[in-house]
Amino acid sequence: MNLRRLWAIVIKELRQLKRDRVTATMIVGIPTIQLLMFGFAINLDVRGLKSAIADQSHTSASRAVVQDMLATGVIVQAQSAQTPDDLMVALKRGRISVGIVIPPDFERRVAENREAIQVLVDGSDISVQNAARQLAQIPLNSQSSLKSAQISVVSFYNPERVSAINVVPGLVGVILTMTMILFTAVAIVRERERGNLELLITTPVSRTELMIGKVLPYIVIGLIQTTIVLALGVLVFHVPTRGHWIDVYGATMLLIMANLSLGLLISTRAQSQFQAMQMSFFLLLPSILLSGFMFPFAGMPKAAQWISEILPLTHFMRLNRGIMLRGASLLDLWPDALVLIIFTIVMMSLAIMRFSKRLD
Amino acid sequence: MNNINAIEARGMTRRFGDLIAVNNVDLTIPKACVYGFLGPNGSGKSTTIRMLCGLLTPTAGDIEVLDYRIPEQAEELKRKMGYMTQRFSLFEDLTVRENLEFLAAIQNVPRAQQKNRIATLLRDYHLDDRQKQMAGTLSGGQKQRLALAGAVIHQPELLLLDEPTSAVDPESRRDFWEKLFDLADTGTTILVSTHYMDEAERCHRLAILDEGILVADGEPMEMAAALVGRTFQVTTTQPRKAQAVLLKEPGVVSVAQIGKQLRVMIGVGDSIPAHLNQALKADGLDAVLQSAVPNLEDVFVAATHRSHLEQAR
Repeated sequence: MNLRRLWAIVIKELRQLKRDRVTATMIVGIPTIQLLMFGFAINLDVRGLKSAIADQSHTSASRAVVQDMLATGVIVQAQSAQTPDDLMVALKRGRISVGIVIPPDFERRVAENREAIQVLVDGSDISVQNAARQLAQIPLNSQSSLKSAQISVVSFYNPERVSAINVVPGLVGVILTMTMILFTAVAIVRERERGNLELLITTPVSRTELMIGKVLPYIVIGLIQTTIVLALGVLVFHVPTRGHWIDVYGATMLLIMANLSLGLLISTRAQSQFQAMQMSFFLLLPSILLSGFMFPFAGMPKAAQWISEILPLTHFMRLNRGIMLRGASLLDLWPDALVLIIFTIVMMSLAIMRFSKRLD
Repeated sequence: MNNINAIEARGMTRRFGDLIAVNNVDLTIPKACVYGFLGPNGSGKSTTIRMLCGLLTPTAGDIEVLDYRIPEQAEELKRKMGYMTQRFSLFEDLTVRENLEFLAAIQNVPRAQQKNRIATLLRDYHLDDRQKQMAGTLSGGQKQRLALAGAVIHQPELLLLDEPTSAVDPESRRDFWEKLFDLADTGTTILVSTHYMDEAERCHRLAILDEGILVADGEPMEMAAALVGRTFQVTTTQPRKAQAVLLKEPGVVSVAQIGKQLRVMIGVGDSIPAHLNQALKADGLDAVLQSAVPNLEDVFVAATHRSHLEQAR
């Protein structure tokens, strides 16, 4: 490897990047907008669901259960109802999200330990469904001490309560996955489309020089993005960092390199920039959904867990949550760090092998 | 092994699926020569050039370029070779100077010489006052001068140019060719493909490619001289009608209208065609048939016509 040639490629990439206004804006814009969006707008603590209650029992016990449910704040009574049919109509029309049916023989059912309350849910919204499921457990789990139990739905709901504090460490990873893969995914394809590649491959520049030269500038950019997200997280959302900053950046660096080499591999495969983008988004979605960023890893089926184990974001999520929220060090979490390193080496080698200095 | 030839190829063939893009081509290109590839689009010019510099692997054939076996030793060749693609392939979002600096580093121009070399190139290729301009905003002729400057920045022994002048005006083309002869004068071997007759005529030697087959090669003057006695000029008031009449006559290879006149070529061995005059007169046409000095266009017509005849058989 010739360092002068490598450096020439790095400088060239940086100059081109500087002149590409849209991309330069994206580098700063994506992390800023994403963080503010996730921090402020997305609130998965569901409260105030519109509901109606058809209490056909009219006993003090049934009224007590209704009061307990309303006291959680998860549901608010939006309209009155007499029969389950009334509830069905209201649900269908979207007037309520939750309907609660207390049958006439409520007390006997409770005594006989049978199903005593039915909760009808608008299942079209998954988070509403989750919230209501918890409601349904109230009378069954605590039927013997129904009146005295201080029932809190919040503690049941959403075991990994997503909030700004929980989002920021993972969001660093999501943003880096979104931008880093895409940047390098188009890196080689763009030169092929513009005709630059035919010139480059007739020069003595080696495959390794070209690949590494393309990755290096983006590592710097990834670290800039990380800094933006973390700074905003600390300043705006007061996210604590219990571990060391150096460990945070170390983990981030591992994710950046893993994503860049993955993007490069896409780039050697894709025929056009459009294809490269499609492939990147194809990887982005499972990364966000399966990495544990949105949904708890433990709740996923086995097959989904296997898939998420090969996604770099999953390992970063564990690393960074461990470091930022639990105060762990990178060394404490070495297995995940090792996976990211191996991932980078494998992807980079594949990219170099796949890239040919020939046109056929 | 101090070969006097820069390029030697035997039986060079390249298939793309069922299509034979280059079919059994033999080439011998002496050093310090400006060698032209003439042929219509799709005749295999680009494919041949790409095989010669190792970008495409030949399906069959032996290739030796600057004494390197190709494609095996393509990487060694790349240090001594410059290549200019059909399409502008420098970076449009870098300035003229930045492009040259990048290429100097990539092509291993010694660091101590880099500054002087770039200054010389900027001066020689009239880009002095453009050095801070983005390459993408240059005119066609300027882009092409920059591309050539980039291709020769490391003073290569061999220069491969794939239709370098297809996007520039005639004056820029003339300047460009002056530069090529300057380079050949310093010992650089130049292989240039074109579909312009006037450019082909300037080459020291020439190969005509048609549908992947090398149909003729030699010095342009000699190739034209071989056609003496076969080309004629018809002056008539009704050229379209006369053309239709002549095309029906046996022995006529081609009739092309050039302005108000017709240019006629007859087959090998046919004597001065008295019957052509008779045919024209029989149709009541007022026409004068004279013999004409063959030019390169005639060479091209004769060469490609023969290959089409052979294919038809």
